[in-house]
Formats: sequence, structure tokens, C-alpha cells
Amino acid sequence: MIVTTKKDFEEIEDALKSYNNIMLIYCGTCSVTSQCSDEKSVNEMLENLKNAGKNVVYHQEFKEPCDFRQDLQDWRNVPQEALDKVDAFLILSCGAGLQAMLDLFDRKKIVKPIFIGLNTHGIAETERIGRFHVKCAGCGDCLLNYTGGICPVTSCAKGLMNGPCGGQLDGKCEVGKYEKDCGWILIYERLKKIGRLDLFGQLRPAFNWADRGHQKSVVFR
Amino acid sequence: MAEKKVYSKLGEMLAKGEFILTGELEPEKTCDLSHTIQEAKEMAPYVVAANVTDSPLGIVTINSLAASHIIQKEANIEVIWQLTVRDVNKLGIAGMIMGGHALGLRNILSLTGDHPNMGDMPESKPVFDLDSATLCMLVREMVDKGTINGYEIESPPKFHVGAAANPNSNPMEAEVLKIGRKVEAGCEFIQTQVAYDLEKTIEFLTALKKYNIPVLLGIFPMKSYAMAKGFDTFVPGVDVPKDILAKWKSIKNDYKTDKSKQKEMYDQANYEFFNPFITELKKKELLGGVHCMAVHYPRIFPKLIEVIKD
Repeated sequence: MIVTTKKDFEEIEDALKSYNNIMLIYCGTCSVTSQCSDEKSVNEMLENLKNAGKNVVYHQEFKEPCDFRQDLQDWRNVPQEALDKVDAFLILSCGAGLQAMLDLFDRKKIVKPIFIGLNTHGIAETERIGRFHVKCAGCGDCLLNYTGGICPVTSCAKGLMNGPCGGQLDGKCEVGKYEKDCGWILIYERLKKIGRLDLFGQLRPAFNWADRGHQKSVVFR
Repeated sequence: MAEKKVYSKLGEMLAKGEFILTGELEPEKTCDLSHTIQEAKEMAPYVVAANVTDSPLGIVTINSLAASHIIQKEANIEVIWQLTVRDVNKLGIAGMIMGGHALGLRNILSLTGDHPNMGDMPESKPVFDLDSATLCMLVREMVDKGTINGYEIESPPKFHVGAAANPNSNPMEAEVLKIGRKVEAGCEFIQTQVAYDLEKTIEFLTALKKYNIPVLLGIFPMKSYAMAKGFDTFVPGVDVPKDILAKWKSIKNDYKTDKSKQKEMYDQANYEFFNPFITELKKKELLGGVHCMAVHYPRIFPKLIEVIKD
């Protein structure tokens, strides 16, 4: 899932300062799991907006704002009179959710600002609600086959291809005062456990940023 | 077998298999290098070369390329340019390597570098486009093939490249395997983190023997009790033995009124500790040399050279 956290309301209020009539849209998937767009969080946001003197003209859950197809369906429920009134949109979703909504706005010829209420942290494992661990950086060139299934990009503070560095102490990382594990020692221990230390001894080339790209799309059809 | 190419005094000593003493200089947050140059001049007669550090602990100092060039020129000492991959991407580092050659540098110590988060500019972007092994690969390509990414360099640089190792590392096997990668990447010598534990050091150096690479053991002669205590307290992973701390403390207390005698006693105590330590490792043929990190303590070198020669 994509893990998000709530922005401070002061920052949201600052973004919305020129707008009075607000439409609140919230994600029905990952951000709910992150407890950022669940019922309690939505009510809290509605209250905050009211206290800040904003008029919430309409609010609605979008099942998966990052899915354009789903957005087209959910959009059908948005009443025209609310759209006529709205000055700005506020969305509780990940960054991909907001940007998919922008594509929807283009399709619907809506030229009004949309602001984000959450911060996006990455592709994460859910240990339990309230404990999420970012595990994947979405590099586009997965190294897990060489590293016993542990990602050096997200688990090593320096994202090294050939670790550990000199900053590990008894399996802990210099970054964060030796409280977190050294990603490369985790990799070492895992590979040792599965009898594949041959992989640990392999020299890996530097990451190829040429393929990383910007405005990246995955198009296969 | 093709004869090993030599680009520096260090390279020559490495090729001959001679026992090497290197020193370390830490330029600070300043544009005036006169203190470091003075220190370099004092150690120059005793060392083959001296490392010039690259913003250690992530604390910003004068750039190590500029400092290396100035120190080498002004102090008449050969420099081992410490180059970390922390702050500059692959493209930038390739340019710096050519620049380093043009400025007369011939030795690089390839380092990852301490994370910016540790230092005084923690908001700075950690680059780490390369790592210490892939930096060795880049240097080798530029020097041995005269290319960067396959593209020809009109007049290629000449460098020897070394890397770091930590004899105190736990688990040791992970560290040893990592050194294997650095050797495969083309690293020509190793300088280690500071070691005090003879037994552990022997185990580590014995494990590195299979790589057939000269290892310069890091030592840290301690100028004073405060220095020894500070090193023990603040340097992660390095424990100064308790008997050393006790001895240094007694020197501090016993010679309070005679500073000159106190200095002499500290120097002698360093000699007495490091002499048998290094002699034992030399006897076992585990060492290619010694890397002395006695920063701001250049007066120890005449004493230290006695240890090396023994």
C-alpha cells in the first residue's frame, strides 16, 4: 500500500487561504488504512475547515483516486450545484491520487485548484494499523533477487549497491544514532540463512539512473 | 605478468612490497590551510604519504580536492586524496578525478563518507550515486582504459586507488566479503579503521590474506588523556583498552606540573603500546604498513618510525 500521514492543518489552511468554498475528496483505499481518510479523519478535517471559516460545499469518498477509471465513475455522484459553487478542492490521498484527479479535471474541463491534505511516504508494508514500513522505492530495476529479498535502496540509509559501509556498528546504522538496523547486515544475515553468501560477495555496478526517467509511464498496450 | 604501473611514491612502495607508513591530515572549516600545512611539513620526513580527509563525520570542511592540492604543493608531501561518494554524483566525480590529476594528485582513497545526517548540514541531499567499490571501478576504468563509460579521455588520469576496512566490524565475515568486492573492483591497497584489539586484528587480517592486497593498519596514538578518553567515548565501535586509559590518566596526574616531561611520557607510552602490537603483526606477515591517524600530533612520527623500522 501507499502510506500517507496528515499534513499539519496550518499548512492546509495556508494553501486554502484565498478560497472559501471547498470540496473535500478522500481516498477510500490506502489512505483509509493509513488512518488519514477514514471516517474519524474526514470528520476531523470537516471540523477543522469549519473552524477555519471555510464553507464545505460537498464531500465525497473516491474509492481509489489514483485510478482514473474509478474516478470517472465516482465523479458521476458529484452534484453540479456543488461544482458551480466550489472555489477549490482539497483531497486526502497520496500524491498519485491528486494527480490522477488532475487528469480527470482536464477531461471534465474543470479549471479550479486542488490541494493535498496528506504527505506521501512510499510503498509500504502494513504491520498493523499505525505501523507501516516503507519497503519499496519503485526504482524500476528490482535488485531483490541479489539481496535475499531485502531492498538495499529502502533499507540502507545511503542506498548503497555494495554495502555495508563503515557506518554500521554491530548491525546498526550510524544514521539515527544506531537505533535502526543496517540494511546491508540484514541482507548479509538473510543470505547467510538461505545459504547464498555467494550473492553477498558479488560486486554490483552502480545504479543505472539513465532508465529512471521523469514523467515515467508504464505502457505495454 | 605485466609490470605494475607506478604513478606515485606510494605506488612505487606498494609495487616493491615495502612496509609503508602513512599519516592523516584533517583540514577544517577554514579557507586558510596554514596550520594543516605546518602539520604536514612536520610529518613529511617520516611518511610515504598523508591522507587528506573529505568532510569527516559529515561536518563541512574545505573541499578535499583543493586542500589535497595545496597541501601537496606547499608542504612537499605526497597526498592520498580522500574522495567520498557522499556529495557528488558519478558525472561530477569523474570530472573531479581528471581535475585531481591535473592538480598533481596521484593517490585516491575511495570512501563512502559519513551520512550528511551525522554532520552540521543534515538537510543536505545524500548523493551516494556510487559507493566505495564502484568508485574504485570508475578510477580503474579512467586510469587503465583511458575511458569514462566507454568514452575516450583525451589525456587520461593516473591514480592509485585504495579503500577502507574496519577490523572491529561485527559481523566480521560481512566486512571481509565486502573487501573482496573492493579488491575485485580494482582497489590496490587498504587502510583500516583504528584497531586496539590484537587478537581481533590478527583474525581480521588473516581473513584478508586471500585477497593478496597490502593492508595498512589504522592506529591512533593518543596525545593526551583527554584525547584517549574522548576517542573511547565518542568514536563508535572503537574501545580504547582500559589499561591504556588508566596509564594515560596516571601520566596526566603524575606530570601535571612538568608539561614537557608529560609530553615525553605520553610519547613513550604510545611507543610502548604500539611497538609490540605492530611488531607482532609484522612478524605474522599480515601488514603492508601502518596508517597513523594521530591528527594534530605530528611530534609522534619520529617515535613511530622507530616502530616501523624495528
